[in-house]
Amino acid sequence: MALRSPHFVLRGQQPRWLSPVALVAAVLFTVVLTAIPIRLAGANPPAAFERYLLRPLTSQTGVFEVLLTATPLIFTGLAVAIAFRAGYWNIGAEGQFLAGAICVTWVGTTFTTLPAPVAITLGFVAGAVGGLAWATLPAWLKRRAGIDEVVTTLLLNPVALLVVQGLLNGPWRNSGTGFTDSDRLGASYDLPVLFSGSRAHLGLIVALGALVVAWWVLTRTPLGLKITSSGLSPKTAEFSGIRVRPLQFRVALVSGAVAGLGGASQVMGVQHQLTQGISNGYGYTGVIVATLGALSAVGVLLVALLLGDIAVGAQNASLVLQLPSQLGDVFGALLLLSVLAALSWRRYRLIWRQRS
Amino acid sequence: MKHAPALLALDQITKRFGDLVANQDISLSVSAGEVLAMLGENGAGKSTLMKIIYGLLRPDAGTIQMDGQVLDISSPRDAMRAGIGMVTQEFSLVETMTVAENVALSAVGWGRVDVKATKARVQEAMERIGVHIDPDRLVSSLSIGERQRVEIVKALFHDCRVLILDEPTAVLTPQDVRALFATVQRLREAGLGVLFVSHKLKEVAEISDRVVVLRRGELVAVRQTAAVNAQELAGLMMGVAAAPVDSAEIDAAIGLSSLAGGGPEVRRRPQPDDASVLDIAGLTVTRDGRDLVDRIDLTVRSGEVVGVAGISGNGQTELVEALCGTRAVRAGSVHVDGTDITHRPVIDRLSAGLGRLTEDRRGSCMAQLSVEQNLVLEDLPAFTRRGSLDAHAVREHARAMIEQFEIRADPTTLIGTLSGGNIQKVLLARALHRRPKVLVAAQPTRGLDIGTFAYVHRQVEAMCDAGAGVLLVSEDLDELRSLADRIVVMLRGAIVGELPVDQASNERLGALMTGQEVS
Repeated sequence: MALRSPHFVLRGQQPRWLSPVALVAAVLFTVVLTAIPIRLAGANPPAAFERYLLRPLTSQTGVFEVLLTATPLIFTGLAVAIAFRAGYWNIGAEGQFLAGAICVTWVGTTFTTLPAPVAITLGFVAGAVGGLAWATLPAWLKRRAGIDEVVTTLLLNPVALLVVQGLLNGPWRNSGTGFTDSDRLGASYDLPVLFSGSRAHLGLIVALGALVVAWWVLTRTPLGLKITSSGLSPKTAEFSGIRVRPLQFRVALVSGAVAGLGGASQVMGVQHQLTQGISNGYGYTGVIVATLGALSAVGVLLVALLLGDIAVGAQNASLVLQLPSQLGDVFGALLLLSVLAALSWRRYRLIWRQRS
Repeated sequence: MKHAPALLALDQITKRFGDLVANQDISLSVSAGEVLAMLGENGAGKSTLMKIIYGLLRPDAGTIQMDGQVLDISSPRDAMRAGIGMVTQEFSLVETMTVAENVALSAVGWGRVDVKATKARVQEAMERIGVHIDPDRLVSSLSIGERQRVEIVKALFHDCRVLILDEPTAVLTPQDVRALFATVQRLREAGLGVLFVSHKLKEVAEISDRVVVLRRGELVAVRQTAAVNAQELAGLMMGVAAAPVDSAEIDAAIGLSSLAGGGPEVRRRPQPDDASVLDIAGLTVTRDGRDLVDRIDLTVRSGEVVGVAGISGNGQTELVEALCGTRAVRAGSVHVDGTDITHRPVIDRLSAGLGRLTEDRRGSCMAQLSVEQNLVLEDLPAFTRRGSLDAHAVREHARAMIEQFEIRADPTTLIGTLSGGNIQKVLLARALHRRPKVLVAAQPTRGLDIGTFAYVHRQVEAMCDAGAGVLLVSEDLDELRSLADRIVVMLRGAIVGELPVDQASNERLGALMTGQEVS
């Protein structure tokens, strides 16, 4: 009686080819898994994947839409990445994004007559300040009392959404239509589009600028080495003379500011007013972007573009193939889970052995 | 000596990690009632082989047999079921439970635990091997040596017939070593096979019947212990080519210097009027109302090595942490070369002239950063130009340090992938390149192979010749005797005695360490 069963055994050492192979396997696994709901929705999986991944890139408009969709994800992904990099688990990019949106709306509906360069600058500063302010309380609690930032940042997200809803149902209700949207911002706050006929706007340039700065700081400066060290091993960082708590505090504020910039960018560049759905979960998706992007600036850019591509493709697929547009989110979420699983399974080897 | 047929037999065990051959065609056997010693430097492949026997690693080739039956071991559970037990240097005991409960815990299956019956069985098992520990005592009240014996009892509880002891004496006082050897003797009489892993020749010569020597993953010799001398074994361990160190250092490394006398001879002796480089006054560290470091006064002079002896857990770790800046000081003061650093951040301590080499080597470096990044991590301003790290200067510095300190690595190698000895050399390079006035070194050679061991000692002596002082905290009495000018002994956080090195015999130090003598 040879009853054999699988066992996971820790590997002594990981071969070099393993990581890329694990990644490819994770992507293939995601494709196979996503094919099931696509099939259930009555579509042909290969055709659907063509719509999701390739079709958006075949037209100029498609590419512009991908860039537009990726812009808020770059902001939130970068915000999460720099915080995670320092070992500060900021799950509150959603709330910080909304706080940035609130602040830019207040500025944009209060000082409506400023010239465009001033207005736009002021708008971005307001967004950054809003995000930073919203990030301050959890960061301070962490620094002072060591209170877990995962909980505090996460719980402040619905609070921010409730503040938005309260404002839109109360003082900021649209004075013209009576809908629960704010008034339109002054026209000088509209971010210029980058190419005529596209909706991709100046916010993308700001996002790329933030990426470049983050890339330089993280990879080329002493500060970057300190941030990375704090994240890799806080205890060892302290031993080496890095004051981890104050450093994490500052990084947490910068992270909030970057997320807030994203809120400002989305209000000034796309909606031109505050709406309840302004964030669309960008803050949470930012966690996926940062994690899949390996907490690096370049990784954040690539993953934001990929998820933007899938989101645009999902819109297209929902129109043409009658697929629910949420399948794009399903794809992103499954991709994250598969990649994380693949990365941890790298450490194990599967063996078959006889049961005794 | 005649022995019963083999109990445990390894046949042609081979294990590779990438290009590295950790074990090559190793065959050996342990018989009932035999103590087989396994000698080898660090990196010789001893740990890998132990892990294979205990089911923590799978061999690439070869078989393990018990009583002639081929075993398929892929977890410690399989090993225990087959009658193989192992006691490692790290104990797995629950401190808040009693001895009997701990032993019972390891044997718990499904259902109720019969505490009374278990206690009786524990008692019986302990008597069988001459261990006298009250099974109702809490593990937290036991000494390290007692805990180790509880671990042995645990192994016996699983009906183990072959017991592996992995570097069992590394953490023990001389007195505890005696007690352990008595226990091993009883195990042998009870018909167990014992595999005694060590790199200390003196112990091997005393306790074993046969000895096998591992070098670079290969089994290079099997000898009857009675028919071999220490020098021959030392030569086998290191290989003929690799012995450029002088014999006194070899002796110290393998535990023979107590026979040779010892003490620094070449180094200039520090004089009483030499300037002090480290002044500790009334230093107290407290946790939960307990004084972990209790009003310590200590001075280290220029050119002097002061040794700190003591059983682990008597405040040495906390003393070092308080000096290194990773633990808060409650009272007292610390001056380095005249600068008060008692409550200063780490960076200020380093600039005042403090060098640090802690016992937690892997906790002193960033495993996932490269060698060059680790080398500059504590001195970033010196490598910054116009706001960014000067990559060229960092690389050049790393190359220079690798050359000077004989580190076997590239500047870009992740430090976590290096061997313990090479990591220690990187940390030594980082501490010494800033020319510290005083070096605080805790267990600087623990687990290092003989070559690196001697290298670290030479570096320490060289920096003393250059006028620096060293506070050497070590559990290795031979090391203390071979390097230190005087030795202080710590017990329960306080200094309970001080001996010039020529009066520091094992017996006197041991008595001070256990509180049986007050000087």
